[in-house]
Amino acid sequence: MEFTSILFYVFSLFFVGSSLVMITSRNTAKAALWLILTFFSAASLWLLLEAEFLAITLILIYVGAVMVLFMFVIKMLDTEASTLRAQFTRYLPLGIFVSLVVIVQMALVLNAGPFDLETVGLPDKHGPSYSNITAIAQQLYTIYVYPFELAAILLLIAIIAAITLVHRTQVNSKKQNITEQISVQAEDRMRFASFKKNSTKESK
Amino acid sequence: MWQSFVDLTHQLIPWFDGGLADILIIVIKGLALIFPLIIMMAYMTYAERKVIGFMQLRIGPNRVGPFGLLQPFADVFKMLFKEVIFPSKSNIYLFLLAPVLAFVPAVAVWAVVPLGEDFYIANIDVSLLYVMAIGSVGVYGIVLAGWASNSKYPLLGALRSTALLISYELVIGFVLVTVVMVASSVNLNTVVESQSGGILNWYWIPLFPMMVVFWIGALVETNRAPFDVVEGESEIVGGTHVEYSGMPFALFFMAEYFNMIFMALLAVLMFFGGWHSPFDGIPVLEGLFAFVPDLIWVLVKMSFFLFLYFWIRASFPRFRYDQIMRLCWKVFLPLTIVWIFVVALMTQLGLGPWF
Repeated sequence: MEFTSILFYVFSLFFVGSSLVMITSRNTAKAALWLILTFFSAASLWLLLEAEFLAITLILIYVGAVMVLFMFVIKMLDTEASTLRAQFTRYLPLGIFVSLVVIVQMALVLNAGPFDLETVGLPDKHGPSYSNITAIAQQLYTIYVYPFELAAILLLIAIIAAITLVHRTQVNSKKQNITEQISVQAEDRMRFASFKKNSTKESK
Repeated sequence: MWQSFVDLTHQLIPWFDGGLADILIIVIKGLALIFPLIIMMAYMTYAERKVIGFMQLRIGPNRVGPFGLLQPFADVFKMLFKEVIFPSKSNIYLFLLAPVLAFVPAVAVWAVVPLGEDFYIANIDVSLLYVMAIGSVGVYGIVLAGWASNSKYPLLGALRSTALLISYELVIGFVLVTVVMVASSVNLNTVVESQSGGILNWYWIPLFPMMVVFWIGALVETNRAPFDVVEGESEIVGGTHVEYSGMPFALFFMAEYFNMIFMALLAVLMFFGGWHSPFDGIPVLEGLFAFVPDLIWVLVKMSFFLFLYFWIRASFPRFRYDQIMRLCWKVFLPLTIVWIFVVALMTQLGLGPWF
């Protein structure tokens, strides 16, 4: 067996194993960590396919940003194991049904049609001089430049929409105006008072 | 020099076949990087205490060895022999995993950085992206430390750190995008090579505002003063480190200093011309300094940035948390986005001698 095939099986084992542990784990934080391991294994598999840009982007975006936000939320949740397990049996039939549908759909798509190995063929081995990032950039910024820009604008609109939906000016907010705070001068905070010489005597 | 070493290895152990010898060489390369790094980190703590001491008109450590030079080793042995205390209600696996997760990315990130023209462990095509990806993994150490300690101050520190790191990663990403646009490569070696020439050809002149933003971002990413709200002794005791003692704490400490050294190196590679001599192209000085090896230039430039860490720490009071966030989202982010457009325009129109 080739060394790369051994690597493939090791990474696949990690991939499948960690995703299984992730969905069966009862501790939310641990589940998130197993998901991170899954992402790393997927990135390693992509590295074997000479798609190093995709692999590193997966780590950068999903592990470095998305999962950090997940951890952020998990930390602030009250993760009592008993409350998480309470509804398990109630949703079990629905869960089994949905997963069966997904499995059947994926089998139908992957087994025949455009994703068949005979139709698509094995990806070419390019060798060390091949630059994945250049190849992607040439496709993305020439042939697919309009879909790419449209997707970017769509995401921007989604961000603005999400902010406008959530952001309301609160009445009792204790928000501080930092611009005002940092532009403050000594004269604004300090007042030089002049007293008459005999003012202390008068106060008696 | 490196090739002769490889030849020597093959001569000394001729019964090794190609693959095994390659793996051995990679391991030796890694160790040859990590051991000097650990020594460097140890003496950085000494330098930090000395520099800040002198800036505050104190002497700094001077008891252990001549001029206190053995102080780092005293600290290391103190850390090694301290008792490791586990909080009774903490999640013990995650509690012990956290320092490891902080330390491993801080070391792994060094695999792709060039310290000289032919002096690196790996030269991969997307090394800058690799650096950013692995660097962003380091936050899990702090996040997990805060969560697993089951204590309120670590949790507050971890919350602060998560929000800060995500925000400033964006800013640093945009800054690096401008450098990538000018150098037209995401390979660190190529970025440095495109700055060849003297001190006037380095990117710190055309991208000076970006260098300032990058350095402030680096201070935040490494949790250094004046942005060390993650630890914030006066507010939340010690942040994520409160419950840690002995070697687990030392791992956090080492990870922080490794990241500091790395950020200084990244600033050198991105803006200070990496291993290039500042006197290239100047008639007399170029010949005078031609004998200086690449590594020395990198180290000299790095030590400037490392000194900057201590200088800034001794000079500024700590920022308030919401002010750091405002600085990121309302000042740096618009600034970097505008600069991306400026750089794109200048590259397209062929303006300026550097594009």
